Amino acid sequence: MTSTTPKRDGWRLKQPSVIPGFGLTLGFTLAYFSLIVFIPLIALGIRSAGLGFDGFWKAATDPRVLGALRVSFVTALIAAGVNVIFGTLIAWVLVRYRFPGRRIFDAVVDLPFALPTAVAGIALTAIYAPNGIVGHWFPFRIAYTPIGIVIAMIFIGLPFVVRTIQPILEEVSREVEEASATLGASRFQTITRVILPSLTPAIMTGFALAFARGVGEYGSVIFIAGNIPFVSEIAPLLIYIRLQEFNYVGATVIAAVMLIISFAMLFIINLIQAWSRKRFGYGN
Amino acid sequence: MQVRIANVRKEFDRFPALHDVSLDINSGELIALLGPSGSGKTTLLRLIAGLEMPTAGKVFFGDIDASEKTVQERNIGFVFQHYALFRHMTILENVSFGLSVRPRATRPPAGEIRRRALELLDLVQLSGLEKRYPNQLSGGQRQRVALARALAIEPGVLLLDEPFGALDAQVRRELRKWLREMHDRTGHTTVFVTHDQEEALELADRLCVMSQGKIEQVGSPDTVYDQPTSPFVFGFIGESSELPVTVENGELWSGGRAIGVPAPDSKTGEARLFFRPHDVELVEHDASLAGVVTSSRRVGGTRRVELEIGGEGHKVEIDLPFDHPAGEKTRLAFRPKRWRLF
Amino acid sequence: MATKIRHLHRHHTSPVSESRTVQVIAIFLCLLFMALFLILPLWSVFIEAFAKGVGAYFSALANKDAQSAIRLTLLVAAVAVPLNVVFGVCASWAIAKFEFKGKALLITLIDLPFSVSPIISGMVYVLLFGAGSFLGPWLKSYGIEVLFALPGIILATIFVTFPFVARELIPLMQDQGTGDEEAALSLGANGWQTFWRVTVPNIRWGLLYGVLLCNARAMGEFGAVAVVSGRIRGQTTTIPLQVEILYNEYNGAAAFALASLLAMLALLTLVLKSFLEWRFGDELAATGRH
Ligand SMILES: Nc1ncnc2c1ncn2[C@@H]1O[C@H](COP(=O)(O)OP(=O)(O)OP(=O)(O)O)[C@@H](O)[C@H]1O
Ligand SMILES: [Mg+2]
Repeated sequence: MTSTTPKRDGWRLKQPSVIPGFGLTLGFTLAYFSLIVFIPLIALGIRSAGLGFDGFWKAATDPRVLGALRVSFVTALIAAGVNVIFGTLIAWVLVRYRFPGRRIFDAVVDLPFALPTAVAGIALTAIYAPNGIVGHWFPFRIAYTPIGIVIAMIFIGLPFVVRTIQPILEEVSREVEEASATLGASRFQTITRVILPSLTPAIMTGFALAFARGVGEYGSVIFIAGNIPFVSEIAPLLIYIRLQEFNYVGATVIAAVMLIISFAMLFIINLIQAWSRKRFGYGN
Repeated sequence: MQVRIANVRKEFDRFPALHDVSLDINSGELIALLGPSGSGKTTLLRLIAGLEMPTAGKVFFGDIDASEKTVQERNIGFVFQHYALFRHMTILENVSFGLSVRPRATRPPAGEIRRRALELLDLVQLSGLEKRYPNQLSGGQRQRVALARALAIEPGVLLLDEPFGALDAQVRRELRKWLREMHDRTGHTTVFVTHDQEEALELADRLCVMSQGKIEQVGSPDTVYDQPTSPFVFGFIGESSELPVTVENGELWSGGRAIGVPAPDSKTGEARLFFRPHDVELVEHDASLAGVVTSSRRVGGTRRVELEIGGEGHKVEIDLPFDHPAGEKTRLAFRPKRWRLF
Repeated sequence: MATKIRHLHRHHTSPVSESRTVQVIAIFLCLLFMALFLILPLWSVFIEAFAKGVGAYFSALANKDAQSAIRLTLLVAAVAVPLNVVFGVCASWAIAKFEFKGKALLITLIDLPFSVSPIISGMVYVLLFGAGSFLGPWLKSYGIEVLFALPGIILATIFVTFPFVARELIPLMQDQGTGDEEAALSLGANGWQTFWRVTVPNIRWGLLYGVLLCNARAMGEFGAVAVVSGRIRGQTTTIPLQVEILYNEYNGAAAFALASLLAMLALLTLVLKSFLEWRFGDELAATGRH
């Protein structure tokens, strides 16, 4: 239990340590992870591989599938964009300004993490519906259109952006800003040329996280979306419909496409972070 | 540029960091602000820069009241202890920054900015590193970049806040020499903060010693070292020993006897005698300070011994030749050659 | 006069801050945005829940199906959260206290469920245990139903809440290092004693923090559970599913009444979370708040 036997000379799974429990804890971790996450995901991979490239391609380029993917990605992109703008502003205000109620607002940012998506979905629908307290101010429909989807995705993605930028902004030292001011830069120049560029990796990471979350989001979106194929039907909903029809092949293909894209996003996020750590030395 | 600080007072939330400070900084001189931690050195520097505004009093640049000017308009070069380089910019971009943020009307063309930045990098001996990022440089190199960046805007005054504070002793010593040479070549009016007296004595044209938000003494290194005007300065600059004495009949007395030091101009009564450990001579006769060695250690080429004088436990330090046979409990008699009373 | 005002003005704004006006506008914009997107929805849950009066509210909660949904939700969380706690503690122990090959990969993999759509999280179990699969019919022949039954719901919930405890504990325990444990072991404590008496007190607030977030998600999970539940009323509907059913039946007030329970849970979670951050901020992991 204390240490694993070296498999070969010079190759060791782990460095020696006096602390017990390595085999037990790592073993349990791997077993649990495999059973709950890994094997099911592999099963999905095998299923979609079983289709062969042609079958996969045919199912993936089905017009309704493409339509749903387009709706999901475009709306998630817009929502992530809005979130980057307001998320950065909110992070700025929370870190830099002192005003009554700041702590409460800081806590409220996390609401989307805590509020179940279905609850958020029906609540957003209620207020943005044509007769809702916000919706009735608008001459056009918000709920039951792609705009509604964007609204739900903004809700879901906001804390990812704020919470990614906040700690980095706290790290920006006053002295750097003072240096910029003494060199003659106006406050606006200091913000746009010194502070925001140093936040860029965090902003990009926040964008990627919010985007990935938006693409996969289901609960908060379906109530407000309208769910009209080609217009406001999102990819996760189409998977759900295919499953209800017991069309597992159709569902698997959409899921595989979405997984490939979200893993690519995950990879990109890691690249951004590794790159910015290496080049600018953030986080050390 | 000449800088005049007139009766400046600065409070932070009622806490006075500077009391009524006045100081004239001459054009082209290199002046050091020296003082213990919390004495207000940084605050004074930041007031000159316009990073803080005085609670009362004024700062003049030449004849112009600087309180009319923002930080941006003051045209000062500020170098921070922790460099404060822009991490997402290359070294070249860092150095060019000040010129490139100028309004279009006064901004030199891009090629000219680049040429001047490269020239400055050459001056600070960093040619060839212009494409690197700050975190790819050593501490000493970073501080030189910070200096080049500050010089790029051709500042009227150069302000350095413990520029070498974060560096190791070896690099410090090199940069110190190099800064002096730089100053001699470029002739910028320079104020630098340090709490390393050796650095201040070696580098500065004039010293400004501060303590508890006040200026204690301003003068050339020699003046401040040889003629300190207050016990604080005597104690803070260089080594010093202190002993309570009495002045009577134009002579100094300790422990009920004259110590052979005539003080014809001093006021009769109690006083504190200050002298430097190396400014003493050993004597044989009675009219002297005598004490028992309580500890002894080797400092470079001399031996520093601590003596207990009289029965009241007053201790002073004096220097002896390193081969002097004095050991613990040895009795020694000496007389300060140069001294001051406060 | 003009210079005097300018002077006073400067006096109050530092060169590294924006003018008061800009600050006020920025704060106002943020508050407006957060009001529209965060606060108003939360507030409307309660308004809608009581739209038909307090009586209707409580009778909606007392409804038989609502009651069974509440029971099912509590049961699912009661199984899923402790399992994920055990996993989280094991994973962070292995990762933080030892150096081994493939550690970075393992840390990335643990976050994997966060980047998978909840629908897909549920779907993988449909593929694994559903009609066309190998496992489903085999288990069925022994009388074990996974899909459209409790085990499926629990599995899907575990999947989506899997990383919460681990990702809170890993950075925390990595920061704390191995010094305390080594000291305890050198004083003669055995492994279990070291864990219970040294490690657990060090990580308790971080652990509570992770449990809070894990529980909120477990009780509120919708997409993944929707796929595996089959929505058998009174049997396999959790609170969020029951909310959906009521909402789709145009029984808005009852849907919001049930939703208000989850909203209160969310508020409680936020309050506790803020309290932990405020009171024990330095005993929580500094990074990766999700
Ligand atoms: N922004 C501030 N708010 C409140 N008090 C401050 C502030 N800046 C400085 N002070 C106080 O003013 C006094 C002088 O500080 P200052 O930074 O000028 O000292 P210093 O001489 O530079 O010290 P050090 O050698 O440690 O850098 C200190 O007591 C400090 O606590
Ligand atoms: Mg200072």
